[in-house]
Amino acid sequence: MYDFDYKRPTSVAEAAATLRKAGEDAVYLAGGQTLIPALKLRLRKPSVVVDLGAVKGLDSIAENNDGLLIGALCAHASVAGDKLVKNRIPALAALADGIGDPQVRNRGTLGGSIANADPAADYPAAVVALRADVVTDKRNISGDGFFSGLFETVLEPGEIVTAVKFRVPEKAAYVKFPNPASRFALVGVFVAKFKDEVRVAVTGAGASVFRVAEMEKALGKSFKAVALDGIAVPADDLNSDLHAAADYRAHLVGVLAKRAVAACG
Amino acid sequence: MNVQVNPTGIGASVKRSEDARFLTGKGRYTDDINLPRQTYAFILRSPHAHARIKNIDTAAAQQADGVVAVFTSADTAKLGGLPCGWLIHSKDGKPMNEPKHPVLAEGKVRHVGDPVAVIIAETLADARDAAELIDVDYEELPAVINMDAAQTGKTALHEVAPNNLCYDWELGDKAAVDAAFAKAAHVTKLELTNNRLVANPLEPRSAIGDFNAATGEHTLYTTSQNPHVIRLLMGAFVLALPEHKLRVVAPDVGGGFGSKIYHYAEEAIVTWASAQIGRPVKWTADRSESFVSDAQGRDHKTTVELALDKDGKFLALREHTLANMGAYLSTFSTAIPTWLHGTLLAGQYTTPAIYVNVKAIFTSTVAVDAYRGAGRPEATYLLERVIDKAAKETGRDPVELRRLNFIQPHQFPYQTPVALVYDTGNYQASMDQALKAADYAGFAKRRDEAKKRGRLRGIGVCAYIEACGIAPSNVAGALGARAGLYEAATIRVNPTGSVQVFTGSHSHGQGHETTFAQIVSDKLGIPIGNVDIVHGDTNKIPFGMGTYGSRSLAVGGSAIAKAMDKIIAKGKKIAAHMLEAAEGDMTFENGAFKVAGTDRQKTFGEIAFSAYVPHNYPLETVEPGLEETAFYDPKNFTFPAGTYVAEVEIDPDTGVLDIISFHASDDFGNIINPMIVEAQVHGGLAQGIGQALFEHCVYDEKSGQLVSGSFMDYCMPRADNLPSFSVAHTITPCTHNPLGVKGCGEAGAIGSPPAIINAIVNALSDYGVTHIEMPATPQRIWRAMQSVKAKKH
Repeated sequence: MYDFDYKRPTSVAEAAATLRKAGEDAVYLAGGQTLIPALKLRLRKPSVVVDLGAVKGLDSIAENNDGLLIGALCAHASVAGDKLVKNRIPALAALADGIGDPQVRNRGTLGGSIANADPAADYPAAVVALRADVVTDKRNISGDGFFSGLFETVLEPGEIVTAVKFRVPEKAAYVKFPNPASRFALVGVFVAKFKDEVRVAVTGAGASVFRVAEMEKALGKSFKAVALDGIAVPADDLNSDLHAAADYRAHLVGVLAKRAVAACG
Repeated sequence: MNVQVNPTGIGASVKRSEDARFLTGKGRYTDDINLPRQTYAFILRSPHAHARIKNIDTAAAQQADGVVAVFTSADTAKLGGLPCGWLIHSKDGKPMNEPKHPVLAEGKVRHVGDPVAVIIAETLADARDAAELIDVDYEELPAVINMDAAQTGKTALHEVAPNNLCYDWELGDKAAVDAAFAKAAHVTKLELTNNRLVANPLEPRSAIGDFNAATGEHTLYTTSQNPHVIRLLMGAFVLALPEHKLRVVAPDVGGGFGSKIYHYAEEAIVTWASAQIGRPVKWTADRSESFVSDAQGRDHKTTVELALDKDGKFLALREHTLANMGAYLSTFSTAIPTWLHGTLLAGQYTTPAIYVNVKAIFTSTVAVDAYRGAGRPEATYLLERVIDKAAKETGRDPVELRRLNFIQPHQFPYQTPVALVYDTGNYQASMDQALKAADYAGFAKRRDEAKKRGRLRGIGVCAYIEACGIAPSNVAGALGARAGLYEAATIRVNPTGSVQVFTGSHSHGQGHETTFAQIVSDKLGIPIGNVDIVHGDTNKIPFGMGTYGSRSLAVGGSAIAKAMDKIIAKGKKIAAHMLEAAEGDMTFENGAFKVAGTDRQKTFGEIAFSAYVPHNYPLETVEPGLEETAFYDPKNFTFPAGTYVAEVEIDPDTGVLDIISFHASDDFGNIINPMIVEAQVHGGLAQGIGQALFEHCVYDEKSGQLVSGSFMDYCMPRADNLPSFSVAHTITPCTHNPLGVKGCGEAGAIGSPPAIINAIVNALSDYGVTHIEMPATPQRIWRAMQSVKAKKH
């Protein structure tokens, strides 16, 4: 780990000001599940680390109109164990419960996960499938447009995610095929059925989370696993690595989508 | 007579006495040791697989904050290279090509992670910061990764090894094998890879060098399985230090699996550097560093052929293998694909003619050496796979084909065509026990039931044998070993009757402190709490060869038994004097020396006291004191053997596999502590299943970069990957050591990979799959099903 200055602001405004003052190579620290290993491996060399851990008011979970407003600093374990989440969007609680291991779930945060935009993270699938809005200190960003590429989002420098508003679907399920080594999502498929549409969001398979329009259309007509028969996801733009080539990932998207539909009951 | 079973004696599942400190964080590992005025070493390693070093500029690093010294090969080139402990001769009679293995790279780097410079500083952070100021001017050269391509002469890693060949070795009667193949009714051929593995013990390697200028004594604390071997190799070959001025301490060691047998550059660096700077020097690997510096395992590319007659009897076996040595020859690397591999090819069978040819190849990868099983897993895997394939091709049940070819109990001692003489065994008994436990007969019903659930169920059998308890020194010497392979023990009986055992074996997880103490408790009839096992310090223990190859009990335990015999013999003399009886009339049982046929006796404690307070004592003929040393050189290898049965289910949509059950039946000879033996089998099975399904060390063929360089990509087996194992035993005691024991440390890792792969191939037999490579990941299983499906269309 290289030397850096450490700041611990107590409000969102103070955090944003601190980062702005610190300059370009300053970073926010939320749960630290990506940043801390990167620091330890000397892969990152920030001048200032602005720890959001003491910022107040970002760890609540509340019902809000047709959705759940979940604070950005909610740890995965808090989301997984929250009665409201379990009751209103059980698929989201289950997703949070399947992230990493107990240590990761108790340190890692919702905001940190989506701001980092790891292509193998679980939450991006939920953000897109559950028609979420990402709330920041500056604006509301539609979940559809939030993720812009590999480890990329539309967040501006210094912008802080404060909450995510997930819409409550009629039915939803998330099915993950874990990477055997890291247990991140090799492929994860989140299927959500709303009154007016069905969403199928895929994480792990591509550079960033994506929706499968053909599947959504078919499921919109008939919300049954068999409706997905014969729908193949092209492998062209999918990830290939030691654990899974693009064609295997493409195949898994089809299998997991069916299983997710079946799991919706 | 009132016979009592000793509750802490041989055969009792005594709880491990060492676990209290291990499980409560009170173990004392090398990294826990901190010495006054200690400095910290950081090793700058090569980022390239193969490159010429044109220049190293350390000026800025030398001036950096906290830096004490910076060393490169300019300083260390005068030191000896890290020695290889086993000389192999090629089939043309020439000795192997043996390039120097420098402690710091000299002129060239030959794998990612090759040590280039060492920075010693007041703190580790200072050393790391300074390392980034070192400017190494590399001229990149092509990486040598693929073993076939390595032999084409394009790029040589070492001048002394044209075509990157270390040796071209053979064993067996080639003419007899060729003749048998010519008349065979059926020949089964199989090409397979034994995947490269990273040992990954829980505790990374660590070393502290401490030079005492006042006495001229060098001390090395290190994570080693064999401190005396390190003292011998480093003192004699690398640093030219005499034994009496070099102490090597291997305290608690958190696992090794072979990777902590070898003498590593870092040990020599810290020992040497401490004398240069006059302060202790500590180095501890982080996990990333372990991946590029710990010796790795396996990595064979093999073609095997089995010739059968019309009745299914094996006529001959022929094997050609490329064995990856990595960039340099690690301590025992050369022996693994040869004498620890080729000699096991008879397996449990009467195959009359066997020929094996092994070419050892240098590549720009981390050195490969023994890893749990070491050569024997590779032999077992190819043999048990080709037998299964032959059974399928000839329409026979794989179990029946094995039974047909088993060496029968009345045939022992059995001379194989590949040098070994098996002393004893009963292979039918292991097979019977394992099949019964696994309900082999009921498999078809379970397969059909699984099919209804849309799952593919398969069953696989492996009948393994291994050679443990390495080794008769004269045999090893004749085969090229540059050391003896006996073991030593000293038993010190203290005046009040407590016992200290000084053993050359080294415990790094195996539970020796309990098992060895049980032997003493049993033989001397004293409470186990009165026995202490001392190991791991060359200033305390007699010269010993350490722990590897499942040898600790069979060789180290035998030395303890021999030393105890000497203690008892001396005790009888003392007791005879005290009881005014003839020495020949003395017996020793249940902790008492008795005059046979009388009730006159002296307890063990009374004799011990008398030995140190020799008032009423035969001083004219017997020396005071009660301490004996024995060296035990084994008469033969031991031959643990057994049968493993794995049952798996595959999800055809994804290729995901579940191990439904795993039944082991092992013959380890006599068993001292059944609980510890069962745990050793569990651990071995987990590692073997890890190889079969998960673990794979992969280098990029172009760049030579290690692709699987962290646990994010190198997949270790987890508890939720494994079934609840069923472990059982049959017993044929070893015929040639005093305890009748064989060794149990490696069996699980040897026998489980073929059982698992056989089960997978069996499950996929409807798809026409005849082989699948390890690790059989979901992707590989799915792809195997696709490729055969595609061929059909």
